[in-house]
Amino acid sequence: MIVTTTWFLLLAAALFSIGVAGVLIRRNALVMFMSIELMLNAVNLTFVAVSRELGLIEGQVAALFVMVVAATEVTVGLAIVVAVFRTRASANVDELAEMKG
Amino acid sequence: MPTLMETVTMADWFRETANWVFLLIAFPTVFGAWRTVSSDNIVRAVLYLVVALGGTAAMFLMLGAAFIGWTVVLVYIGAVVILFLMGIMITRAPLGAEAKLSHGREVKVPAALLSGILFAVIAGSVVDAFGASIIRPFEPTLTTDLANVLFGRFIIPFEVVSFVLLAALIGGIVLARQDDVGGLE
Repeated sequence: MIVTTTWFLLLAAALFSIGVAGVLIRRNALVMFMSIELMLNAVNLTFVAVSRELGLIEGQVAALFVMVVAATEVTVGLAIVVAVFRTRASANVDELAEMKG
Repeated sequence: MPTLMETVTMADWFRETANWVFLLIAFPTVFGAWRTVSSDNIVRAVLYLVVALGGTAAMFLMLGAAFIGWTVVLVYIGAVVILFLMGIMITRAPLGAEAKLSHGREVKVPAALLSGILFAVIAGSVVDAFGASIIRPFEPTLTTDLANVLFGRFIIPFEVVSFVLLAALIGGIVLARQDDVGGLE
């Protein structure tokens, strides 16, 4: 009776669900990015936990790749937020409706 | 101690150090994540995100993945959080707009419901798939082994991902430049 893989997977599930709620609830682009980071981290935790459960190292490699993509996403996302802020003076995603038909 | 029963008492449970260390880390992690999503102050949300990320880094260390754990500390807590703080400083909204960080109750309740259902589904399938798994003694992953796999079989994806990073670097500079030609302006 010691912490099994299930515990880590349940923790990751909780973090992922909270991240989903964050993306739905928030209207500031920056805080939505933070929620997405939370979700990506939960997925990483799942990868590493299952990697230990199955005795494979590939899960950790996948976690590293996820981290690179997360860093990329934040870099480009923040640049877009800054560029939008320069014209709209707001980081509120509800006001960005130029592409609405 | 002659125990005929299979039941695990609370004392037995707490005698395992890993159990309460896990809980000691897991509760602040979930709390930090929750406050990241619910806090009305954007700077506090970032600082709670640090708590959540630090908790996951500790979880990686518990799982024996030391390299991943320290990479999370360096990349996420070190770089990404600083990027967020910089973004907040650049896009500093007027002080009165702080309350508009979240949607109202008409969005919050369905979102919380959906997230609860999602958790129930994931938790159900996780318990179904791994509920019977017993812990096996495991060796911490050596960084050498990880490097051998990463620079052996995964060398092509590694190079591709490096180019993705380079593209993001250039894209970030182009997007954020003041005098951009044909940008969003």
